[in-house]
Amino acid sequence: METLEKDLSRDDQFQARIDADVRIEPKDWMPDAYRKTLIRQISQHAHSEIVGMLPEGNWITRAPSLKRKAILLAKVQDEAGHGLYLYSAAETLGASRDQMLADLHSGKAKYSSIFNYPTLSWADMGCVGWLVDGAAILNQVPLCRTSYGPYARAMVRVCKEESFHQRQGFEIMQTLAAGAPAQREMAQEALNRWWWPTLMMFGPKDSESPNTEQSMKWRIKRFTNDELRQKFVDMMVPQAEFLGLTVPDEKAQWNEARQAYDFGEVDWDEFWSVVKGNGLCNHDRLQARVQAHEEGAWVREAALAHAAKRAAREAAAVAV
Amino acid sequence: MNQSEWPLWEVFIRSKQGLDHKHVGSLHAADATMAVQNARDVYTRRLEGVSIWVVESTHIHASNPDEAAEFFDPAADKVYRHPTFYTVPDSIKHM
Ligand SMILES: [Fe+2]
Ligand SMILES: [Fe+2]
Repeated sequence: METLEKDLSRDDQFQARIDADVRIEPKDWMPDAYRKTLIRQISQHAHSEIVGMLPEGNWITRAPSLKRKAILLAKVQDEAGHGLYLYSAAETLGASRDQMLADLHSGKAKYSSIFNYPTLSWADMGCVGWLVDGAAILNQVPLCRTSYGPYARAMVRVCKEESFHQRQGFEIMQTLAAGAPAQREMAQEALNRWWWPTLMMFGPKDSESPNTEQSMKWRIKRFTNDELRQKFVDMMVPQAEFLGLTVPDEKAQWNEARQAYDFGEVDWDEFWSVVKGNGLCNHDRLQARVQAHEEGAWVREAALAHAAKRAAREAAAVAV
Repeated sequence: MNQSEWPLWEVFIRSKQGLDHKHVGSLHAADATMAVQNARDVYTRRLEGVSIWVVESTHIHASNPDEAAEFFDPAADKVYRHPTFYTVPDSIKHM
């Protein structure tokens, strides 16, 4: 009984710290549910960064110029870095890297569904940077103020790097949109395919997102899915207009009364189907990750063996 | 933790000459040499540093956050350690 009472007051104390915007640090006491939710959220986020390298990696060798190739390579390398910042943030909560990877590879852990769509043309590199990184930025900027210190610090680092990602994507779109008719068409066609999936990146409707309330209370989520989706549409429709392109949604119209864009309904059946593993690339993406992990096993083992041998040699030299 | 997992290292970076090394995060590496190389690629892709330290995470010893109140408490009531505790007459310059 006494421990229960003590725990309750600990919970209240914890919430009070969060309400006062005090950051929680790794060794601080925290409720189990907070720890578990964060591990799931951060590791999912890390997996998304890592799997997210695949659709863009697809175009590195086929970039239209050396400049574009160098830029794309740098962007993909950044995404690897983002994955690593986030995995190490999750590890401060007691998650092991190997376990997180095992969960990704077994399909137990999720990653953002957007990466289960194929990148079919060079214009997709434009759309991924402009729209997908644009959506990611909207999600991530508020997380720079999230309650868990290592997560917030990782997000600050990530956000600093993201704006280059979005700009290089927009520049690709700009170049294509101002190019020959075939290039323009390619840009529009890519926008048609990426528009709706990026709206899905913000997750299910608020009415179908039961965990939002608790996550907002813990400040590990700072805006609801629908709020972010609305912000995104408000940002992107004028940018598409600037490019001379049209978002594939007749309902996307400025609403003077709301001072926001109205827009159509996301195809939620498609959303859930991709989440459940039936997207065009779910299978390929996971297989590519598993293959890379398995084929790299000997390198990881050899590096450990080499380190052990060298340490032994150094110890022997000291003994002499 | 499984046998094949590389040890965890904490990474500290001096952002420019004249400043302290500051903790930036962690990474896995088989040994110190690899940890420094990986730290360069993970944490200094945009000239964020001129010097890197790595320390195996297991070698870090920390104060206990549950005892932080008592532990740091002795400094709390010693306002006389701060110059603002003292009043200097207006006519005294350079103090
Ligand atoms: Fe990223
Ligand atoms: Fe990015």
